[in-house]
Amino acid sequence: MTDNTLIELIGFVIILISAALVLGLATLRRKSPPAFREIPAYTRLRQAIGRVVEDGTRLHVSLGRGGLITPQSASAMAGLTLLRRLAELTSAGDQPPIVTSGDASLAILSQDTLQTASQASAQGVYDPSAGRLTGLTPFSYAAGAIPAIRDENISTNVLMGNFGVEAALLADAAERDNTFTLAASDNLAAQAVLYASAQEPLIGEELYAAGAYMDAGPVHTASLTVQDILRWLIIAAILLGALFQLVQLLLSAGIQ
Amino acid sequence: MKFKGVFSTVIAIAFGVLLLAGYIFPVLSEFQLFILNVAVILAGFAVLVGISNLLIVHTGKIRQKQKGAAYSSILIITMLVTFLLGFLAHFDIPIAKSLFNEAFLTIQLPIETSLMALLVDTLTYASIRLLRRRINPLSVIFLVTAFLILVGTAPWPFLGDVPLLSNLRAWIAQFPAAAGARGILLGVGLGTLTTGLRILFGSDRPYGGNNG
Repeated sequence: MTDNTLIELIGFVIILISAALVLGLATLRRKSPPAFREIPAYTRLRQAIGRVVEDGTRLHVSLGRGGLITPQSASAMAGLTLLRRLAELTSAGDQPPIVTSGDASLAILSQDTLQTASQASAQGVYDPSAGRLTGLTPFSYAAGAIPAIRDENISTNVLMGNFGVEAALLADAAERDNTFTLAASDNLAAQAVLYASAQEPLIGEELYAAGAYMDAGPVHTASLTVQDILRWLIIAAILLGALFQLVQLLLSAGIQ
Repeated sequence: MKFKGVFSTVIAIAFGVLLLAGYIFPVLSEFQLFILNVAVILAGFAVLVGISNLLIVHTGKIRQKQKGAAYSSILIITMLVTFLLGFLAHFDIPIAKSLFNEAFLTIQLPIETSLMALLVDTLTYASIRLLRRRINPLSVIFLVTAFLILVGTAPWPFLGDVPLLSNLRAWIAQFPAAAGARGILLGVGLGTLTTGLRILFGSDRPYGGNNG
């Protein structure tokens, strides 16, 4: 068995175990959901959503430019899940949310998500022009999304998906308008610039916890628990690896 | 759930499982490649749909005389001219080809470069704002690290390379920054895995139907 085959096999086993854990925990914990640590950004997002409905202002969700056939699609999917939940929560408001994206397939999915959310609510209004493709290159996407932030009576911005450093321009535009901004990206450079420029930045895997924190369903809470379990396993593996290396070094030093 | 929702969920789960299995079972790798090629073609068509959406949004802005309607007119005119030039360039018309390339090199590229340059200002201002908005140990560490990396990388007039600063920069980049980045990337990897699983289970359905 080659090293690559072994790694692929280990990967497949991890996926199978994770799948079994997600399904098992989602079934077991349907009645008693686990308590997660508080992420202040999500608490403030809930408050901001309340203000959107009360003030009659609009919510803007930017999904980044993670194409569906790229490895960055997971962050976009997490963004779409949050969009669905936020569209439901703001359906009692006067105006539907605006969604901007830098990938065409993502723009189509955002329209579909908005339509589904509006159908699910009694008062929901679906506006096909609310899900927009604003540009196909990083900066044209940012340049196209900035007017949406500034001119459309937006009071809350959610930037969630795959962004690069251009995300700082979006966060800056939102800041200049004194609007609430929650921002998350799977890209390290974007996380760094968003930490400096966004009001409520999310770091690392906090992006993928959106569904669990916004009550999107038991599978979301189960998947977050599985993430925690896997993280502890990785920590144990790293520590064991380091310990094994240390013992090997000590033994080889002792032999010499 | 409506029939459309059930149908799209079944299709998504089936193809998701087949694509995943293609990584493990070599017999499915040909099929996996075929599906990915189909997805690439569909993504190409999605671009056409997306551009039509862009046209509709901006035409609506002009019709309703919204703020920035003048910019929308410029966008539509330039989009149509670029489309026409690209279409003619496809038929090897030399002037169209040259104008199409020039449009990219003399308009799009400088504008995007200028936006990149604007980021320097934006980030400097954001750093100052960060100290006003969120004063905590993490923000201070973030700004001090950014400053040390900056002074360790920038060329110093009359001094050249300052070994202490460049060594400090290298140490930060190799140890604390690399360790933190790996930790964040591991978290992102785990998040990606569970997001993929939710889609495979049909719990997240961005293609329509109720999430659960």
